[in-house]
Amino acid sequence: MTTIAPARTTSLLEVSGVSVTFDGFRAINNLSFAIGPQELRAVIGPNGAGKTTFMDIVTGKTRPDEGTVVFGEVPRSLLRMSEAQIARAGVGRKFQRPTVFEDQSVSENLMLALKAARTPWRVLFWRETAKDRVRVAELAAQVGLADHLSRKAGELSHGQKQWLEIAMLLAQEPRLLLVDEPAAGMSFLEREQTTALLVELAKTRAVVVVEHDMEFIRRLNCKVTVLHEGSVLAEGSLDHVTKNPQVIEVYLGR
Amino acid sequence: MTRTFLARNPSTLWFLLVLALFTLCVTVLAEGFGIGLIPTAFVKVLGKTLCLCLVALAMDLIWGYTGILSLGHMAFFALGGYMTGMWLMYARTEEIVVQALAGSPIPPTPEEVAQGVATQIFGVVGGSDLPVVWTFAHSAFLQLPLVLIVPGVLALVFGWLAFRARVNGVYLSILTQAMTLALTLYLFQNDSGLRGNNGLSGLQNLPGLADVPQSTLSILFFLASALLLAAGYLLLAWVTSGKFGSALRAIRDDEQRLRFLGYPVEGYKLFVFTLTAMVAAVAGAFYYPQAGIINPAELAPIASIYLAVWVAIGGRGRLYGAVIGAAFVSLLSSWFTGGMAPAIPLGFYTIKWVDWWTVLLGLAFVLVTLFAPRGIGGLFDRLPSPRRHGAQLGPDDGALREKEADA
Repeated sequence: MTTIAPARTTSLLEVSGVSVTFDGFRAINNLSFAIGPQELRAVIGPNGAGKTTFMDIVTGKTRPDEGTVVFGEVPRSLLRMSEAQIARAGVGRKFQRPTVFEDQSVSENLMLALKAARTPWRVLFWRETAKDRVRVAELAAQVGLADHLSRKAGELSHGQKQWLEIAMLLAQEPRLLLVDEPAAGMSFLEREQTTALLVELAKTRAVVVVEHDMEFIRRLNCKVTVLHEGSVLAEGSLDHVTKNPQVIEVYLGR
Repeated sequence: MTRTFLARNPSTLWFLLVLALFTLCVTVLAEGFGIGLIPTAFVKVLGKTLCLCLVALAMDLIWGYTGILSLGHMAFFALGGYMTGMWLMYARTEEIVVQALAGSPIPPTPEEVAQGVATQIFGVVGGSDLPVVWTFAHSAFLQLPLVLIVPGVLALVFGWLAFRARVNGVYLSILTQAMTLALTLYLFQNDSGLRGNNGLSGLQNLPGLADVPQSTLSILFFLASALLLAAGYLLLAWVTSGKFGSALRAIRDDEQRLRFLGYPVEGYKLFVFTLTAMVAAVAGAFYYPQAGIINPAELAPIASIYLAVWVAIGGRGRLYGAVIGAAFVSLLSSWFTGGMAPAIPLGFYTIKWVDWWTVLLGLAFVLVTLFAPRGIGGLFDRLPSPRRHGAQLGPDDGALREKEADA
């Protein structure tokens, strides 16, 4: 077992030495994080630990004051790219609150997300093919929305919207998936399904899950990164980090 | 292809049919080729109204579909008018100058004609040289493309600066108003090269068609405007259908989410802003020859606000709603402000509609916003329809179009 992995060649995303300050408050403090191309990772931490800011930095919503964020086999810096460029490079993001386009039908939502050219000119002349329709039907079936394709997304239940958003993420075919509290507002059965889906997805891509629910994380059965005050406090298996006295002190002990 | 497009968008088909019927009725009833029941002046009003419907379509695309409340599109409309106006005025003046110089013993050189034209046009603002902006005015071939190019480039530059800086919502609206005001004030100056507050006039006279009576010209312009509106409607219906339209509505509802799907939102906004500016300019290019005169007051900021009011009252987010709003409100407006509406004597005070019409319009705007956010077009949603979900309720937009066309 090697303690220092040759990160450049094995990791899909590598965040190193990143810091962000908002009005004097250090939201992220010298944070370093790496994930492999087929890996499932849970990120936990108390409120204000910087979990959401971390995702904002990776997806280009927030620019860090210092540090580097590198993505892909041929490493490209994400810091100079716009949100849309980062998304096209293969970073998908699932928000805590389901955000789908409520005024549009389930199939329109999926068509929008389907991996295809994104520039205005190409989209203007884009016409759906039989293949696209089949793909949309497949995706809808995968998340149990096959019978709701022509319904407006706004008419769906909260859980169905969550599933629709997940299907939209799958349609994007991202190589790195950032998932913010997927279990929030889900029933026990839906949580089971979500766990299975995330584990399945991580076989072909990198998945980062931010979650509060320890039971949920235990079922994911993956490496855990604990954030505290904007930097990594501990990293390893769930059993490993829950034994860490510092982690118990700041997070679990409360 | 066209057939399937119309089959998929029944409201477009219905709109085109109603427009064709309306055009036919007016042509038969007007003086030019028909039985002369409709006076020429009213044919001009109807032709102008069709151009206003076209600019309302552009407003609906930028505001109703994309969610950008631009309060500057009437500036593009007027710029389009100025661009055609320059050619019309030059050509008309040239005819007069050539006629006047025809009697002289030596035939005039082209330089003399050009000098004569410049003196004729700019004498009113104390100039005798043709400003640089009139360089192409002598040639329709060179000048008319500027109808698209000048407003298009202005929209492109303005939009690029505004959208790149992620100016959104009410700040963008204010910025577009500022642009409009700046342009107005500039054009009011005599040395702007466009005759200051005199504007351009005599635009109803087409070069080479001096012998054709206005009754015929008016109906020809009316038909051209109808054709233009039909083409504009088809273009925008095509743009708003399919994935592009879906992306535009997504920008309106949650642009950040669309960014995370990988769409360059700023590029879309810039595209739509420029496209609608050019559509507005074409509408203006056909409006002002029917109005006969254009001056900087035409692009005062209030004009663009009226445009937003029309679209709101008609129902934004649906193309036929914008057309209904523009036709209904602008015709009603010319009825009230034209002195045709009877004054209401209250004993202690007499309501004169010329003064009170704007109050009524403002009230209608507030009431529509509060109680019928879907506008007049929303009435069609209340009619029973076999397929409700997401589909537009096309078949019925005919009825109301016809009603307001008779108004």
